[in-house]
Amino acid sequence: MPELLQFLLSGITVGAVYALVALGFTIIYNASDVVNFAQGEFVMLGGMITVFAEAAGLPLPLAALVAILVTAAVGVALNKLAIEPARGAPVVSLIIITIGASIFIRGATQLVFDKQIHRFPAFSGDTPIAIGGATILPQSLWVIAGAFAVFFCLWLFFTRTLIGRAVLATANNRVAAQLVGINTKYVMTLSFAMSAAIGALAGVLVTPITLTSYDVGLALALKGFAAAMLGGMGNPKGALVGGLLLGILEAMTAGYISSQYKDAAAFVVILAVLFAMPQGLFGRKSTDRV
Amino acid sequence: MRLSSKATTLLILAAVIAIAPFFFPSSYYFRVGSLIFVNGVAVTGLVILIGYAGQISLGHAGFAGIGAYACALAPVHLGLHPALAALLGALVSAAIAFLVGRPILRLKGYYLAVASLGFGVLVSMVLANEAKLTGGPDGMAVQELGLRAGLKAIGIDLSNTAFWYAFSGIVLVLGAWLALNLYHSPTGRALRALHGSEVAARTVGIDVAHYKLQAFVLSAVYASVSGSLLALQNKFITPDVAGFMHSIEMVTMAVLGGAGSVLGAILGAAILTTLPQVLTVFQEYEQLMLGLVMMLVMIFMREGLLPSIARRIRGRAE
Repeated sequence: MPELLQFLLSGITVGAVYALVALGFTIIYNASDVVNFAQGEFVMLGGMITVFAEAAGLPLPLAALVAILVTAAVGVALNKLAIEPARGAPVVSLIIITIGASIFIRGATQLVFDKQIHRFPAFSGDTPIAIGGATILPQSLWVIAGAFAVFFCLWLFFTRTLIGRAVLATANNRVAAQLVGINTKYVMTLSFAMSAAIGALAGVLVTPITLTSYDVGLALALKGFAAAMLGGMGNPKGALVGGLLLGILEAMTAGYISSQYKDAAAFVVILAVLFAMPQGLFGRKSTDRV
Repeated sequence: MRLSSKATTLLILAAVIAIAPFFFPSSYYFRVGSLIFVNGVAVTGLVILIGYAGQISLGHAGFAGIGAYACALAPVHLGLHPALAALLGALVSAAIAFLVGRPILRLKGYYLAVASLGFGVLVSMVLANEAKLTGGPDGMAVQELGLRAGLKAIGIDLSNTAFWYAFSGIVLVLGAWLALNLYHSPTGRALRALHGSEVAARTVGIDVAHYKLQAFVLSAVYASVSGSLLALQNKFITPDVAGFMHSIEMVTMAVLGGAGSVLGAILGAAILTTLPQVLTVFQEYEQLMLGLVMMLVMIFMREGLLPSIARRIRGRAE
């Protein structure tokens, strides 16, 4: 039993990171119908910039803040320079643009910083906490709390604030939103900034556990994409549940079946879900207008 | 006499392949050329899938992996000649594409992208993890095709690089010929119709699922042949051939040059294959430049390089 609990705890930790990446996907997808394959690079930037800001002498919380702000600026630049000019391009082109952006950011990071693997100290030490025979790192609690806090804030933002509702309106129907006076360009910019900031936060939270380097982004993007798809694209609740499910599933596969094939589990389940429920767990059925 | 666009395309392609070697200063250029043709074969398959039928796949490297490892494994374990092994790889790829294609192709857009991506990742994972069979991430050796020795026996003595340049060049021209024929066939018209609008195509009686599956299987065979060629030419293969980045490379080549045209897609393959070779001087900047090129072409030339340039030239002429 402690074994199961242990797998569950580590699964939830990893799952929380996937959920944060998936939430970032969801925000951008809702505002612009773009699946941003550079989402993983935001996580990488969050970790890397914190590492180098801290090395430059900033205290850790300030370094993390700098990382999140810089990454948000990168997100805005991505929107202004690459996504907005390509408005209305077919899905294949958009996929290539964001993958191009992801390769570009990776290349730039490796030039500006380096190719080494980095970490910074955990926020509240490295002494594992024992729970019912299993253990969990204090940093894992930070990650899990972070994912739920972000989800809660997003929920407040989307349901309780005017601008949040404007984002939802834009997601629903761009032209109609413009007609009622919503500045949809501003909504896009805001969405990219938020999404990048959430990605960077995930990077800051998880780096003490998983370490970071310039090339960690792609794998995270694929897993986050899968998680978002599992929950149903464009649904924040789906992103959270999809991320956690994926993390737990991976941990269980690694623990009980084969650690080599833990990454396969994610994709097998996604194929199965897409075959049985093409819209994901929480996605609405879409009908095409002819 | 006015040549059809099909004949023009094939003539240009064959002429470039035949004439280029006269300008090659060293055998290294034959090597780059044959790599372009190998990629060109896979990309021609994607023209059928993306350009004609309008479907995306981010997992076609999976089929290249099957083709490559068929050439590596079948001669050792089944005692097949490498050429037959390549054929076996193509058949296996077609069979898998047929089985996987039906459920996958019901999906659209990003859902199709992630499903095909998942398939590709699974193939590369099996190749990397079944180390007893495939040598794992370190890769494995591939037997000699033996055709070059055969040619030598009848008096045609080619260097290794020149042979692979010629051989993959011929395969590419054949592949392009098939793809161009398909374009003007009833199947090609059905594919283009469902690309325009699936509902409209269904309304006029086109079996949409059937034709999409056909395009998927065909493009899988192209990818498999490309993988086989790569394995036979390098005499060595690693699971990277099936990796996600290879899938992305293939799609980028096709779309960069112009997924709607065979020649354009092959041009895309030529550019993206040569770019890293040119950039080795600036190795530090390679990723930066690659990402930049991908973004710029897609933003400013949405139909891809060749169609965009062709339109501009035509616009000036009128």
